Amino acid sequence: MTPRERDPLRVTTDVLVVGGGPAATWAALAARAAGAEVLLVDKGYCGTSGVTASAGTTHWLVPPKHRAAAAAERDRRGAGLTDPAYLDRTMDQSWRRYQPVAAAIGYPATGYFRDVLGERHLVQGPVYMKEMRRRVRRAGARILDHAPALGLLRDGDGQVRGARGVLRQEDRAWSATAGGVVLATGGCAFRSGALGSHVNTGDGLLMAAEVGAALSGMEFSNYYGLSPAGAAMEKNLYFRTATYTDADGAVVAEDPDEIGAMVTGRVALMRARLAGPLYAVLDRTTPAHRADLRAQTANAFLVFDRLGIDPFRQRFEVDFVLEGTIRGSGGVRTLDPSGWTGVPGLWAAGDTASREPLVGASSGAGAPNSSWTVASGSLAGSAAARHALASATWPAPAAGTGTAGVSAGRTRGRRPWRDVVDTVQAVMLPMAPNAFRSAGTLAAGLRRLDATWRELRELPAGTGRQQVEAREAAAMLAAARWVQHSALARTESRGLHRRLDHPGTDSAQRGHVLVHGVDHPVVQRIPAIRKDPVR
Amino acid sequence: MIELISAERCIGCDLCIRVCPTDVFDAAAGGGVPVIARQDDCQTCFMCESRCPVDAMYVAPLRTPAPADSVHRDLDRLAADGTLGSYRARLGWGHGRRPPRTSEQLYAIAGLTGPER
Ligand SMILES: Cc1cc2nc3c(=O)[nH]c(=O)nc-3n(C[C@H](O)[C@H](O)[C@H](O)COP(=O)(O)OP(=O)(O)OC[C@H]3O[C@@H](n4cnc5c(N)ncnc54)[C@H](O)[C@@H]3O)c2cc1C
Ligand code: SF4
Ligand code: SF4
Repeated sequence: MTPRERDPLRVTTDVLVVGGGPAATWAALAARAAGAEVLLVDKGYCGTSGVTASAGTTHWLVPPKHRAAAAAERDRRGAGLTDPAYLDRTMDQSWRRYQPVAAAIGYPATGYFRDVLGERHLVQGPVYMKEMRRRVRRAGARILDHAPALGLLRDGDGQVRGARGVLRQEDRAWSATAGGVVLATGGCAFRSGALGSHVNTGDGLLMAAEVGAALSGMEFSNYYGLSPAGAAMEKNLYFRTATYTDADGAVVAEDPDEIGAMVTGRVALMRARLAGPLYAVLDRTTPAHRADLRAQTANAFLVFDRLGIDPFRQRFEVDFVLEGTIRGSGGVRTLDPSGWTGVPGLWAAGDTASREPLVGASSGAGAPNSSWTVASGSLAGSAAARHALASATWPAPAAGTGTAGVSAGRTRGRRPWRDVVDTVQAVMLPMAPNAFRSAGTLAAGLRRLDATWRELRELPAGTGRQQVEAREAAAMLAAARWVQHSALARTESRGLHRRLDHPGTDSAQRGHVLVHGVDHPVVQRIPAIRKDPVR
Repeated sequence: MIELISAERCIGCDLCIRVCPTDVFDAAAGGGVPVIARQDDCQTCFMCESRCPVDAMYVAPLRTPAPADSVHRDLDRLAADGTLGSYRARLGWGHGRRPPRTSEQLYAIAGLTGPER
């Protein structure tokens, strides 16, 4: 132990929010509004960290009179796995909470964007998250940046009572005792390079599972986003105007990603890419569209301009990047729309929670995910505040959890968890076996991952930043194993989960695949909430 | 990838060290221009560049480091052609600017007055 580790920063608060993206900031605001003291800890910097800050997102904003139809449509796309209560709360909360923020700081959607999205205000991602940070601070919540959580703390009754982590720029530990904890650490993209996802290593999934929460829908975690080759800019909207060609210039597909294809993956394009290089040109645009796209997708055109590409006239090479559970739907299983995990004192919000109740087997891309950050964050924040304020005092946390990959021994030479990440990526990133699955490759991948998990248990993790890296490796490895277990168990194709050896959808398997446990994951099947799926 | 910090422009405010979500920079010993200490952790998110108060930073659009002779390492050219600071300007941040609130402002800030031909 270094001297700084023996002298951790100790904080006591009513509600601890772990994360710093939209879900976390909405949770902090709601918990403050409910009268709780709030500490928000972010691995990165609250305001720039997470996917929304760098990508910029559109929300699912449905006027009340259209909600029944919108919910039915979601269930149809989600292959019968959605939950009406979650759909209602999400539409209601994002309509009431997000719109006023967008109207206060954004601009009205015009032209192409108004045609596609309807009347609304839009905000660029960095501007939105800077404003959310400002609101969280103004509301009186305390923020610790560069303070990744490593594990949760529990009291003698098994209630979650806080977390501990590292102030990585100071090489100092922190420890927070809290009445309730909201995990909003985002999803997991296995360090694929997807835009803004470097922080999204699935830490919240691992922390939740270590205290007994279940994972759900981890098989729906193989969404591949499309980006200009070599860049990290997988924005869907402009790709809808593209014509796609192969190396010889033969047209592979035109406008293949209308909503239907986008939500279950662009199968025709993925197959074309597996056969050879793939190109796009945004030529299905009018001059007015082009101006709209340029003006309203600032980050994407920043990349085109710096690459020296005129995307409306020049073919440019594109490539797929795994977005894992971020644009998939798997995550921590929650028992109600407030994101309660079933573990006393612990809520999951945003991408950390499974979004199956909203989008089922399909992708949460293109709006529901963002609206869910607003709804789940707000509802989790208030629920955690009520829980914390209900007891005047609470027992001090007795036991820390979160030991995988964090033993305090020193490391020498090459950091061994880098090899762990290499193995995880070798199994999880390639598109052929993961977008098109089969029992043989899934089982082989799982054997490699299991063997690596046993080694990881023995690895010394070092201190400070090294501990953080070790826990990130452990979290990605744990998530990868849950994905493989779930994908093996679902012996059918449904939504994003495509099995070459089981190409059909099996109505008997319309339900959820849960996984419990970290060292020895166990799969459980439960039926879908809806008695009859929407057709 | 973060490629360049202009030593000529940088005022050593260390804001980039704070706002980089992946902790890429270290403070220089004795102050001054921050060090790009962990470039392999850079996620090409442009956040540092968008916050630098003097437009001293350049993030190349590629996910892998640019070779030394690349246009993405040519600081003089990037400063001369207005690339440095271009994202910050687009967001409406910086002295005398505001994030756009109307479609006219949005198009003006993107350098567009009418449809793009
Ligand atoms: C390119 C792209 C475009 C997208 N566009 C859309 C769209 O248009 N519409 C839509 O609905 N969705 C979209 N999505 C999905 C959407 O961005 C996410 O659903 C959303 O950002 C999730 O928010 P979050 O708060 O749960 O997680 P994030 O925004 O990812 O934030 C996670 C936060 O947790 C922090 N964190 C991580 N680990 C720890 C730890 N151990 N300790 C403390 N803090 C930690 C991170 O630093 C970060 O601040 C898009 C995704 C991508 C990749
Ligand atoms: S933010 Fe800009 S001016 Fe400030 S230290 Fe970083 S590079 Fe220098
Ligand atoms: S581009 Fe993003 S990740 Fe890279 S140095 Fe800048 S802020 Fe950090």
